[in-house]
Amino acid sequence: MALPNKPQWELLAEPDLTKVPVEEKVVDALIVGGGMAACGAAFEIGKWMPDGAKVALCDKAAMERSGAVAQGLSAINTYIGENTPSDYVRMVRNDLMGVVREDLIFDLGRHVDDSVHLFEEWGLPIWKKEGSKGKPLAEGGEPVRTGKWQIMINGESYKCIVAEAAKAALEEKGYDLYERLFIVKLLLDANQENTIAGAVGFSNRENKVIIFKCKAMLVACGGAVNIFRPRSTDEGKGRAWYPVWNAGSTYTMCMQVGAEMTMMENRFTPSRFKDGYGPVGAWFLLFKATVTNGKGEHYVKSDAAKAELAKYAPYGQAAVTPTCLRNHLMLFEMKEGRGPIFMDTAAALNKFLEEKKAEGMDDKALKKYWKELEAEAWEDFLDMSVGQAGLWASMNIEPEKVGSEIMPTEPYMLGSHSGCCGIWVSGPNEDWVPDDYKWGYNRMTTVNGLFTAGDGVGASGHKFSSGSHCEGRIAAKAMARYVRDHADFAPSLKQSEEELKEEIYKPVKTYYENYQKTTHEMVNPNYIRPRHMMERLMKYTDEYGGGWSPYYMTNGKLLEIAMHHLQLLREDAEKMAASGLHELVRAWENLHRIWCVEDHLRHIQYREESRYPGFYYRGDFPEASSTDMDDGGWLCFVNSKYDPNTGEWSVFKKKLHKIISD
Amino acid sequence: MPSFVNPEKCDGCKGGEKTACMYICPNDLMVLNQDAMKAYNQEPDQCWECYSCVKICPQGAIEVRHYADLAPLGGYVQPMRGTDSIMWTIKFRNGNMKRFKFPIRTTPEGSIKPYEGKPSPGPEALDNEALFTEVEGGRVTCKPSDFD
Ligand SMILES: Cc1cc2nc3c(=O)[nH]c(=O)nc-3n(C[C@H](O)[C@H](O)[C@H](O)COP(=O)(O)OP(=O)(O)OC[C@H]3O[C@@H](n4cnc5c(N)ncnc54)[C@H](O)[C@@H]3O)c2cc1C
Ligand code: SF4
Ligand code: SF4
Repeated sequence: MALPNKPQWELLAEPDLTKVPVEEKVVDALIVGGGMAACGAAFEIGKWMPDGAKVALCDKAAMERSGAVAQGLSAINTYIGENTPSDYVRMVRNDLMGVVREDLIFDLGRHVDDSVHLFEEWGLPIWKKEGSKGKPLAEGGEPVRTGKWQIMINGESYKCIVAEAAKAALEEKGYDLYERLFIVKLLLDANQENTIAGAVGFSNRENKVIIFKCKAMLVACGGAVNIFRPRSTDEGKGRAWYPVWNAGSTYTMCMQVGAEMTMMENRFTPSRFKDGYGPVGAWFLLFKATVTNGKGEHYVKSDAAKAELAKYAPYGQAAVTPTCLRNHLMLFEMKEGRGPIFMDTAAALNKFLEEKKAEGMDDKALKKYWKELEAEAWEDFLDMSVGQAGLWASMNIEPEKVGSEIMPTEPYMLGSHSGCCGIWVSGPNEDWVPDDYKWGYNRMTTVNGLFTAGDGVGASGHKFSSGSHCEGRIAAKAMARYVRDHADFAPSLKQSEEELKEEIYKPVKTYYENYQKTTHEMVNPNYIRPRHMMERLMKYTDEYGGGWSPYYMTNGKLLEIAMHHLQLLREDAEKMAASGLHELVRAWENLHRIWCVEDHLRHIQYREESRYPGFYYRGDFPEASSTDMDDGGWLCFVNSKYDPNTGEWSVFKKKLHKIISD
Repeated sequence: MPSFVNPEKCDGCKGGEKTACMYICPNDLMVLNQDAMKAYNQEPDQCWECYSCVKICPQGAIEVRHYADLAPLGGYVQPMRGTDSIMWTIKFRNGNMKRFKFPIRTTPEGSIKPYEGKPSPGPEALDNEALFTEVEGGRVTCKPSDFD
């Protein structure tokens, strides 16, 4: 009989550490991540670093298709164009229920369009209005807008294009690119307090550990997915709205070296097409589709809905309802037994046809018009959520004939989309920026030399793809300034090469020392496999931390239980086991997940109100406060800090400044 | 809807150093079995169906079978990605078909010269807030008070 206790992966991990080489690289600046933000940084940094400087970028995947934009996108959600940066701040502030860093958002609004113009120059097709076809945005071409801030693109190759430019820039400058290199942790300087000195990671293609030493570092590894139980089951579990490969590395790695975090209680719980997680933005904005409850009622227009929104004034009563409150109304219907919630795709598409008919369009032209409309509807999915198109095909769903269910998903942590958790960073060094918002280098965290961008920057959501790219550029320039100002700094590490290698390969050692001790390698009391860690994490965060199964509801007592489970899980993480290089990636990803979701729950525990109804609720504090922290209210940031010297966590309030008038 | 490899079409990328699918998968799922010289998805339940592997495979050997636990059998979505456009074929469970073609880029692949014709502001500009492609003034250096 063949027993199933043999290592299962194609690329096995090497248990004999003498056969695992360690390489040490010394650079001036290190970029960790290869997504939108990192690509922006790679493009910008070469123009500011002094000649002869060394820079490296490492991505756990291949830049051409890594990160959230791997499939492509169908819209660029942040293009200021004819609007003003101040209006942009107002929109973001209201959507995120008032608590945002207005300096960072305003700053982004000033620069973001430049990145969009570059994308177009590099080859990204951007939809133009009749009359300005072929005319670039930079020369006054008018984009097709779906909303005040969004523009439509043919974006299947969005990431390929942006990555090509980033890689070409790195190459031209002679900088190093490492793909398939997973960064596990950051390293503080041995001599200077609170100063970044390097990072360590391993290759998932060969048994090798790499240690970087650097003066400045950008960490932009995206948000966190698979931290709450997904609605998907079994084989479908890879289907999530945000990409399953973003595992919270940004938050955890920066937190572990003492970076102050902000608004980690915020999460994004998007409403998406049920099961396929297809995006709804184009259906709402471009096709003007409406949602109904199970009784066919347009519930958002009901008096009950208006009364619900009034509870969360002024945000709930603004012209555009905040994303979380739109979820709140949906959940209200579902809980009252008036589900399912339907997106009326058929009525929306047919209305366009009726309008054209009424305008006197002839049959032939109408047919052509319909073809275009249909292509636009499908392209939206094919550009960024192919799985949804597959589900429609499997279910025989033609959107012009039947509507589709929509539903709030499991929660994700991110700082660039319609969420704002992340790291507390310095704003621009300008007069109008409040003193406690700036400490010299734009987008630098509270750790000297450590920068972040995109999903990493907290309290500044709604940057999306273009804003993340632009923010990476802003950070890159500030990093170059930091490197110039600290030219004499010689980073030195606390741990030796051997110590770091042992730490990173510990799960491999644990596996090989124990896997023969039972007849089934998955069932073994001496270790825990990464997939089990992840499942346990997701079960408890869901049940106690306000996942979808209790309708996003939690309270102080439930959170205490969640924290206890997380504590046990962190203890067990000492016994993670990995037999292959792929599984070693999974092991460290899950450790990153545990830390960042623990911080998330600490923040929810601390903030005694329900700031984002529809994203999560504190059953013991159901209201959202509109009182400033000086008067005991919650109209303020909640920040947290892990002390790497003592291992202690602190959570505290931080003053909110309103910079832009109403 | 995990990806799967058709063994008749996969040639292991002719035994090259790294196979295209293995190179591209953002979640490190595709691997080559050296003995069989065929690739496979090593963790189908972590597949995001991003289609990166499907689009890049030179043999057209990779397809997606939609998640068995939520999608009825028979639906099928397959792209053919060229240098400037992508063709999608969608087959419904009931046999209906749809085809769409979309542009994907307006410049040749590999043609981007990021710094060509771009300014080099030099070290003296390092202390202002403008990015290297931007010119100070206007929106680039505006302040909130400009809009009051
Ligand atoms: C389905 C979907 C639809 C969206 N729709 C739109 C839209 O229509 N318009 C729009 O503008 N925006 C949209 N967005 C948002 C946009 O994609 C994100 O805002 C943006 O990609 C965030 O950029 P980032 O650089 O922070 O993260 P990402 O682009 O996700 O990049 C993260 C990078 O970090 C790497 N990485 C992760 N961990 C590690 C590690 N430990 N070591 C090394 N590397 C690591 C990853 O491989 C990746 O390269 C959408 C996102 C999704 C998922
Ligand atoms: S890219 Fe295609 S041909 Fe090459 S190894 Fe993968 S499946 Fe086989
Ligand atoms: S579809 Fe995407 S996630 Fe799935 S195996 Fe292919 S490249 Fe990887």
